[in-house]
Amino acid sequence: MVTDYEITGVIKSGDLVSSVPSKERFKKGPVAIIECPQEIPCDACVAACPGKFIFMEKIVTPPEIEMDKCTGCGLCAVKCPGLAIFIVDMRNSPEGKAWVSIPYEFLLVPEIGDVVKTLDREGKCLGPAKVVKVVQLGKEWKTTIVTIEVDENLAMEARYLR
Amino acid sequence: MWIMTMNPDLRIVEHPFLDFKRGPKIKIYYQGKAIEAHEGETIGAALCAADISVFTRSFKYHRPRGMFCAIGKCSSCMMRVNGMPNIKTCITPAEDGMLVEPQNCYPSANEDIFNIMNRFSFALKPKVYYKMFLRPRMLSTFFLKIIRYLSGMGSFPTSTRQSKPSGVNESRETEIAVVGSGPAGLYAAFHAANQGSKVTLIDENNRVGGQLIKQTHKFFGSKEHYAGVRGIDIAKLFAEQVLNHKNIEVLLNSFVIGIYPDNILGIVQDNKFIKLRAKKVVISTGAYERTLIFENNDIPGVMGAGGVQTLMNVHGVKPGKEALMIGAGNVGLIVSYQLLQAGVNVKAVVEAAPKIGGYFVHAAKIRRSGVPILVSHSIKGVWGKNRVEGAKIVQLDEKWQYIPNTDEDVKCDLICVATGLRPTYELLYQAGAKMKLVPELGGHVPLRTKSMETTTRGIYIAGDACGIEEASTAMVAGRVAGISAALSLGYGDERTKELREKAIGELENMRSGPTGEKIRKGTKEVTFGD
Repeated sequence: MVTDYEITGVIKSGDLVSSVPSKERFKKGPVAIIECPQEIPCDACVAACPGKFIFMEKIVTPPEIEMDKCTGCGLCAVKCPGLAIFIVDMRNSPEGKAWVSIPYEFLLVPEIGDVVKTLDREGKCLGPAKVVKVVQLGKEWKTTIVTIEVDENLAMEARYLR
Repeated sequence: MWIMTMNPDLRIVEHPFLDFKRGPKIKIYYQGKAIEAHEGETIGAALCAADISVFTRSFKYHRPRGMFCAIGKCSSCMMRVNGMPNIKTCITPAEDGMLVEPQNCYPSANEDIFNIMNRFSFALKPKVYYKMFLRPRMLSTFFLKIIRYLSGMGSFPTSTRQSKPSGVNESRETEIAVVGSGPAGLYAAFHAANQGSKVTLIDENNRVGGQLIKQTHKFFGSKEHYAGVRGIDIAKLFAEQVLNHKNIEVLLNSFVIGIYPDNILGIVQDNKFIKLRAKKVVISTGAYERTLIFENNDIPGVMGAGGVQTLMNVHGVKPGKEALMIGAGNVGLIVSYQLLQAGVNVKAVVEAAPKIGGYFVHAAKIRRSGVPILVSHSIKGVWGKNRVEGAKIVQLDEKWQYIPNTDEDVKCDLICVATGLRPTYELLYQAGAKMKLVPELGGHVPLRTKSMETTTRGIYIAGDACGIEEASTAMVAGRVAGISAALSLGYGDERTKELREKAIGELENMRSGPTGEKIRKGTKEVTFGD
């Protein structure tokens, strides 16, 4: 069976139900959102999680995460070869806003305070967003994690920045 | 005004995570024009950096030729260098004052009057020379002279070879010879050597690592197979381990030109011939790129995905400004992403199948950067005089046929063909291994046991040469082959056997799931015995 995302390369946030935390969970603190629905042979995130909260039955099964235990540290997001893990944080952000951390591998890494364009999974512009955090966890992985501040309702849509 | 006359420089100065260390500036001369190069850079890379697309001309129809594979596999970039004809410029390092000239053209590569031959292609069928121009008899020698002038690759050398081949043919012995030092070869050599056997690792390039050295993306797989680590870093890590291993001898710049009974390998290394007698041989020669048939698929600007990667990630030269990717398998998706990272605009990814062939996560990466992926689309042809100026793409129906009136023009100057790979099987055929055409594995592949031995005793295989797969599976297959070869020589113990069983189990594990379905089917067809 061919799924929609295999044709478009875009997953709808509706398809992600199993890995979308509840609103209460979001309020509790940062959490990792894994957008990896396909059965591919990879378990980099399982090995990366310091608390072993990500698990999979076999190497090809899609990862599952224990939402309640995830601390949103972002180590899995840095390690993920598919750049498919994002961290959403609604606890530290101002009311009505959410912080979305996005793995970024391009030149011109924005700095804190910069206003960037935020894009959805199709590359469509969702409007401006402020950069609140830029972290490079471990130089050897060379993936920067850029955190942007977006409206709360865009927390599950904003997936890229420019 | 002086800016206008300056050569544009397509070298990548800044890259998200690559640091291009360039040697001191030197000058080479192309058609009398000075071109800036750097010490250690290849001639081809220097020409590409100076935005020169037409390197030379083809010998029959005088069509423009430029960089295609960038790793010395095709003949597209062959030029006359310092008076020597047919030098593969993509792998020949530039030297100060080098004279680089195009071949088969007059007056210049860009404006070649013999290009007119292209118009007469309808009259110049293969073997035409045997039938036409024979009469009148008196004039046939005259015609022959003209034909000889117009055809053939280049003209005779005007300089003498600086280094003469040494008269002595060296004879060496080793226990295990590993041909090819890509991920599979490195693993095979390393694990065989760890069991105590003496290993000789042979590679045609000037460094080990095979195609790993241009893979800037993080690898999939499990932690033991460096999941999450970039290919370039794995190459560095492993090169160190292998080069410093006391049981491994590495022969670089060495071409294995033949394999003979009793596992004797003929190796050419810098003008000298080495006869290497090995007890066991592991063949991990990798794969070639497949190309696609469309109008003008031979003109400069049409490049293989691997060539594009080499040019931009190894040499640090942008292969173009606006690219169109053909093929949405993993290679196509990954290279599209790497093109974006190098600052090249990717117009679209075109895929003939009704769905994306590669991993969804790779597709998602380029989709959110705004690159469209057009499934059920194909390329009909490209246009451009001396370089690609645009492409015609068309929609396909369920039977993969063109749908009329769906043509669309895309302006671009680079067509990147990522339509798959084909195993390199020449040595295996020569070794007498039984081969089988398995489309699921990419082409002709040898029959093998679970321990990766072919039907020819003592010849083992690993990596893409035994079926097109991922680098991570190539590494595990290399481990199996290396351990098996060592075991057959009497090295190792029960624990080594367990290690091999574990690796075989890992392979099966990695091939489980829907993405490994094709591979499972293909491997089943060619596995026999034990």
